[in-house]
Amino acid sequence: MPSLIKNRLIVDKPSPPELVVQPDDDLEALAGRLPGLAVVAVNFPKYADGRGYSVGRLLRERYGYKGELRAVGVVARDHLQLMAQCGFDAFQLREGEDAQAALAGFDDLGEAYQTSAAQPVPLFRRRAGR
Amino acid sequence: MYRYDDIDQRLVDERVAQFRDQTRRFLDGQLAEDDFRQLRLRNGLYIQRFAPMLRIAIPYGLLSSKQLKKLASIARTYDRGYGHFSTRQNLQLNWPKLEDVPEILAELATVQMHAIQTSGSCVRNITTDQFAGVARDEIVDSFVWCELIRQWSTVHPEFNYLPRKFKIAVNGAVADRAATFVHDIGLHAVKEGDEIGFKVIVGGGLGRTPIVGHVIRDFLPWRHLLTYLDAILRVYNRHGRRDNIHKARIKILVKDRGVDKFREEVDAEWAQLKDGPATVTPEEIRRIEGRFTRPAYEKLADIDYTSLKTPFSAWLRRNVHPHKVAGYAAVSISLKKTGVPPGDATSDQMERIAELADHYSFGELRVTHEQNLVFADVRQAELHGLWLELRALGLATPNIGLLTNIISCPGGDFCSLANAKSIPVAESIQRRFDDLDYLHDIGELDLNISGCMNACGHHHVGHIGILGVDKNGEEWYQVEIGGNQAPASLGKVIGPSFARADVPNVIERLIETYLELRDGDSERFVDVVHRAGVEPFRNHVYAKLDQKPADRRQALAA
Repeated sequence: MPSLIKNRLIVDKPSPPELVVQPDDDLEALAGRLPGLAVVAVNFPKYADGRGYSVGRLLRERYGYKGELRAVGVVARDHLQLMAQCGFDAFQLREGEDAQAALAGFDDLGEAYQTSAAQPVPLFRRRAGR
Repeated sequence: MYRYDDIDQRLVDERVAQFRDQTRRFLDGQLAEDDFRQLRLRNGLYIQRFAPMLRIAIPYGLLSSKQLKKLASIARTYDRGYGHFSTRQNLQLNWPKLEDVPEILAELATVQMHAIQTSGSCVRNITTDQFAGVARDEIVDSFVWCELIRQWSTVHPEFNYLPRKFKIAVNGAVADRAATFVHDIGLHAVKEGDEIGFKVIVGGGLGRTPIVGHVIRDFLPWRHLLTYLDAILRVYNRHGRRDNIHKARIKILVKDRGVDKFREEVDAEWAQLKDGPATVTPEEIRRIEGRFTRPAYEKLADIDYTSLKTPFSAWLRRNVHPHKVAGYAAVSISLKKTGVPPGDATSDQMERIAELADHYSFGELRVTHEQNLVFADVRQAELHGLWLELRALGLATPNIGLLTNIISCPGGDFCSLANAKSIPVAESIQRRFDDLDYLHDIGELDLNISGCMNACGHHHVGHIGILGVDKNGEEWYQVEIGGNQAPASLGKVIGPSFARADVPNVIERLIETYLELRDGDSERFVDVVHRAGVEPFRNHVYAKLDQKPADRRQALAA
């Protein structure tokens, strides 16, 4: 079983997701089920398939999902920071990834310009307050 | 220049450290080649035919002399002492070593530069009009809006892995000098009363499926710019095709959905984002404006040079452009001297140009999408002095807007995608049309060359476009005519392709046809093609192609 990182900690025996969202799923149709769920996964079928980033943000920001949002599929160290910004808090690393080393991947860049699930206020509004 | 604040600087510094670590992991075997490919592309690094190619970002084409000196020094230290200015207003180095790239990026960061997102399926360098801020027909200073978009697009967490590359152009003047209709998104500034906004054009592009973009919104008030971009990109990121690289650009999505349906989807998405926290504030626009250096213009009068009849006057006519401030002019520095690959400059030239920019143009310059350089703020009284200096450097060719100002991709000499070479074709055409008087008589003519259908040389929007094609392993060239950048129109192929040696003859015959058909000097080549159609050109080109031009000229004279 590949490692799961949750809230920046390595978890040994993760519970299976209650729902796995595929990147082309109709989110509107799923939205009604979200309130009762504790673990929702979003599949990233390829290293460079970026649809899941939008899915993550929509689940968090539009549909108000509050439970664990887990990235599954081809999830590697160099994805983690962007995924976290898009609302993911759990990461099922692909086979062969070193979870301990991957933890450093959350802090590559200290700041982002844009709005995101993790930081809804864009940098320019925070800059203005400095 | 936009001057970084501490946050902008930290971001590029951290990006260098991140890529240094990624490169180390790749060289140590911890990072698979395919994965590293995604990461290095987003830092401008391609693996080319002979060596890696590093594409350095020159945001919206604006450079300080200090930055140009750094580029010259990098090209000398890590490459072969020259660089190639590209149609994306960037600088490409053709021979760096992979293991040196983190160090190159670190050097770039010391002068507030980077190579972030200059390749890969993400938002690329934002391009604009090379006369931004100085043009007489200015609506807004597009640099300010480009910088706003640059920051928005830099490492956007949601849009770092798009279906395909994504190019945005911004035009701030009445005339469209940024080719906004052939970009994934084109933004054209518009003023309604006192309010500034943007006409939004989506789904244009060149490449193997050239399409003129569609206006999806006539007037987007400026404060909604980023939320609207987020909406477009989100629709594209979610629904753009990922199964076929040749169908993955946004233009295919727009075409498949239909413009109206696409607009509806964007509007539905935008309705959720509009007026949210990403709504641009006047404070942010003022902040960005305030971080741009501005020339301290003197109060000068315009100088009338029109009576001159010297080599200097030919350069004045072609390479000097009007300026919104009296007594000043913008100057194009031609990187299209015959025999030099279009857009190339040596480190020595870059250093001399940087010194000239310090002396003549407030220490700044621009890179144009036609692969030339521009000094935007030259005192008219100093034009002659500047011309003498540029001439001594081989940088005063008076050919801006003329046939020999050829846009060309690096082609098969460098690029692994190319079907055919393009630089030698450009050179053979320049040699054929080496008579300046003849060239000026032919008048305005854009000739663009691409070595393959990816169209990096923008051949579809050249008045004459040349495309390298592969026929059973041999290099052939297809010729299009009638393309235009703005108002955008796409060229039509005149017929079967030609061997390389025939290309100058073909161009000469096209020109002969034009000269024969034109109503007068003011009717340009492309106007004649649009009026008379391709037919007369085709007939003349394919009639006895083997006949030598000189014989034919004699025949015509007789």
